Amino acid sequence: METVTVTMKNQPTLFLEADNISPDVFAGKKSSEIAELHAFEGREQTTLGKYFEVSGNAGPSAADTRIVVKGDVTRVKYIGMKMSAGEIVVENSADMYTGAWMQGGTILVKGNVDAFTGIGMKGGNLIVEGNAGNYLGAAYRGDWRGMQGGTIRVKGNAGSDTGYFMNGGEIIIEGDVDVHVGTHAEGGRIIIKGNGKSKIGGQMVKGEIVVFGTIDVMMPGFKYVEDVEMEVDGTEGTFALYHGDLGERHPKKKGQIIYGNLYQKI
Amino acid sequence: MSEYLIKNGFVYDPVLGINGDKTDIAVKDGKIVKDSELSSKAKTIDATGKTVMAGGVDVHAHVAGPKVNVGRNYRPEDKLFVGTAKSGMKRMEGGFSVPTVFRTGYNYARMGYGFVMEAAMPPLYARHVHEEIRDTPIIDQAALPVFGNNWFVMEYLKNGEVENTAAYIAWLLRMTRGFGIKNVNPGGTEAWGWGLNCPTVNDPVPYFDITPAEIIRGLIEANEYLGLPHCMHVHGNSLGEPGNFSITLDTLKQAEGFKPKGSFGRDQVLHHTHLQFHSYGGESYASKSFESKSREIMDYINSVDNITFDMGCVTLDETTTMTADGPFEHHLTELNHLKWANVDVELETAAGIVPYVYSPKTFIAGAQWAIGLELALYAKDLMKAFVSTDHPNAGPFIRYPRVIKWLMSRKARDNVLDNILKYGEKVRERCFIGEIDRELSLYEIAMMTRAGPAKALGLAHMFGSLKEGMDADVVVYPFNPEKDDDPEKIETAFSNCSYLVKSGQLIINDGEIISTGRKRTLWVDAKVNENAQVMRDVEQKFLKYYSVNLGNYEVLGEHFLPNPYIIEVDATQ
Repeated sequence: METVTVTMKNQPTLFLEADNISPDVFAGKKSSEIAELHAFEGREQTTLGKYFEVSGNAGPSAADTRIVVKGDVTRVKYIGMKMSAGEIVVENSADMYTGAWMQGGTILVKGNVDAFTGIGMKGGNLIVEGNAGNYLGAAYRGDWRGMQGGTIRVKGNAGSDTGYFMNGGEIIIEGDVDVHVGTHAEGGRIIIKGNGKSKIGGQMVKGEIVVFGTIDVMMPGFKYVEDVEMEVDGTEGTFALYHGDLGERHPKKKGQIIYGNLYQKI
Repeated sequence: MSEYLIKNGFVYDPVLGINGDKTDIAVKDGKIVKDSELSSKAKTIDATGKTVMAGGVDVHAHVAGPKVNVGRNYRPEDKLFVGTAKSGMKRMEGGFSVPTVFRTGYNYARMGYGFVMEAAMPPLYARHVHEEIRDTPIIDQAALPVFGNNWFVMEYLKNGEVENTAAYIAWLLRMTRGFGIKNVNPGGTEAWGWGLNCPTVNDPVPYFDITPAEIIRGLIEANEYLGLPHCMHVHGNSLGEPGNFSITLDTLKQAEGFKPKGSFGRDQVLHHTHLQFHSYGGESYASKSFESKSREIMDYINSVDNITFDMGCVTLDETTTMTADGPFEHHLTELNHLKWANVDVELETAAGIVPYVYSPKTFIAGAQWAIGLELALYAKDLMKAFVSTDHPNAGPFIRYPRVIKWLMSRKARDNVLDNILKYGEKVRERCFIGEIDRELSLYEIAMMTRAGPAKALGLAHMFGSLKEGMDADVVVYPFNPEKDDDPEKIETAFSNCSYLVKSGQLIINDGEIISTGRKRTLWVDAKVNENAQVMRDVEQKFLKYYSVNLGNYEVLGEHFLPNPYIIEVDATQ
């Protein structure tokens, strides 16, 4: 695997849209060619080389390419957008849309990420060592096709609207979450190891939400069913199972109504 | 103004009977002229090896107005990854099934179209419709106000007062700067106000106690009383329902005994729009029950001479459905569980909007695709059958070139059945598409996309032909009918014309948009005898029911129609 290092040297005045920072785009290119790739600062089209120092050449394919992003990229959006393979390591914090519509490969962010991280994600691994903003693993505005596959792990806290319109895959938040979790979900699994606030599983059709800590206000559309023993992300325990959202439509499978499952650790 | 000589192309013009002959077309001062009238300043456009036609005419598309804009607003995902930045004189473009006004104008121009009819204008929101039409560059446009669920119309027709109906229609056309009479789910949309529908032409409308059949006949009669350029333009009851073909036949039979009046040269008194959605057999959408009834429908249409239709061809895309058929849209959201918007327009109409994916992986989308094409392929006279996708309901208008490809090539249709549809074999079984060999010619396509719709709209004196004296709408497609035999070439050529002259101005030069032209808004000013009763009824209803004052209703002034083109009709008697 070849490593390309991009280091922020000139901060953009406006936010930078850098969806070209992706193993799929870098693949087969020399550092000089990578510096020529375009980016948008506001409505002006510029090049990555204007902001970043690029060293190292990419591998022949995305799978053979590792990108290390250094320096302050808190004003850089869309890192790893639509990537299908390979690896990205962001040494500090990134702005919005990191790993958006990601299909494969791995992204590791050592700091925090802002909103819309991993939206519309279809596959791959996205790990955030700090906190995530709102709309983590959610659907694009207006779309009903949210996260379809892959795994997102956040070691800190997440904001509101996590897993909005989630259809598949897994989101693990080791800290706390803000309001609205798994709204409109029709599949997938969200694990919250810390505390939840309110509106967890609102209008949920199918899928799973597991909360280890407290829930400030339970949605009225969720009904307690039974206690179950299970292992979740390496922890065994007893969980109270709730079905919901009872105010929403639910499909039938083999004569049985399929509900969204909300588990809370006892 | 400029002069052009479009030289040496293969010209197709059904009005002049030119079928691919190499002919030069001369343009001067916005009109088609004789070659000899050109001065030495005329610029030459070399069309050697290319196809030349009159500008396209679209009889039915939803491209402007409140429901289109609700579609844009509530579907930001429709613009995701499909935008292009501003370049040259072109504005930023965006959107796939509900494009921005700019993309709408540019894309019609790229396809060589010169006129587009906005197919459903809610009268109360006519100002909004006209503001969007004004902002849509290049193409000439007009809009059809909806009348089929209008309280005035239903009350007058219930009492058999055709003259009052006509006077009201003439007044409303003037207030809204409208073009003709649109009739959507007659009576059913009003019934939707009670949570009901009118599934057949004989179901009375709640409270008004009038049937859809009576509304259809009454509006035909009022249309011919006025002698409007276009005829009554109907979207029949029970759109999209399995087994609806018999209701469609009942709808079409309402035209029996009526003849066109007026001086605009059309032959029909009833235009049935997006006929594909109305030609279904069976009792459910499942492949064991659902079937095509295109043959029954076309047997009837082929046997009469006073009906035209457009296809409403399904293009197998993700799109946004929007119609004044409120109950149908509710039915659709119950089926696909996608977001639903519903609007009620006071005394006049309603609308619903739901995204829809015509997935080639489903039987039903394949069958709908087949039925749309069958209708055109079974048509005896293609001057009565027009290309449409009921944009954006069955697919976006940018797919017209693809529809043309399917009509012109059995190979292209077989490719869909064999390689694109998951249930192609089932579609062959339940529909007729697999047994139809017919391949339409460019001459017939010219009928379906310009000569025919222009005639049906009563605009044959302006559009649809390259006859001397016509408006100079001329398009050159990069398609060589002698050499090109790959069906894909049809689609790419009809999507991206080489040259477009619109009203005598060069808009597209060598495939590049170089001007936004001077678009016009056409409307019909019908003069009738003074009618005190109708004016009193209007004043009373505005006082009693409307949320706006009468004085704020009219689409008035240059703000809305900076470049109007008025067609005058004298119905005083």
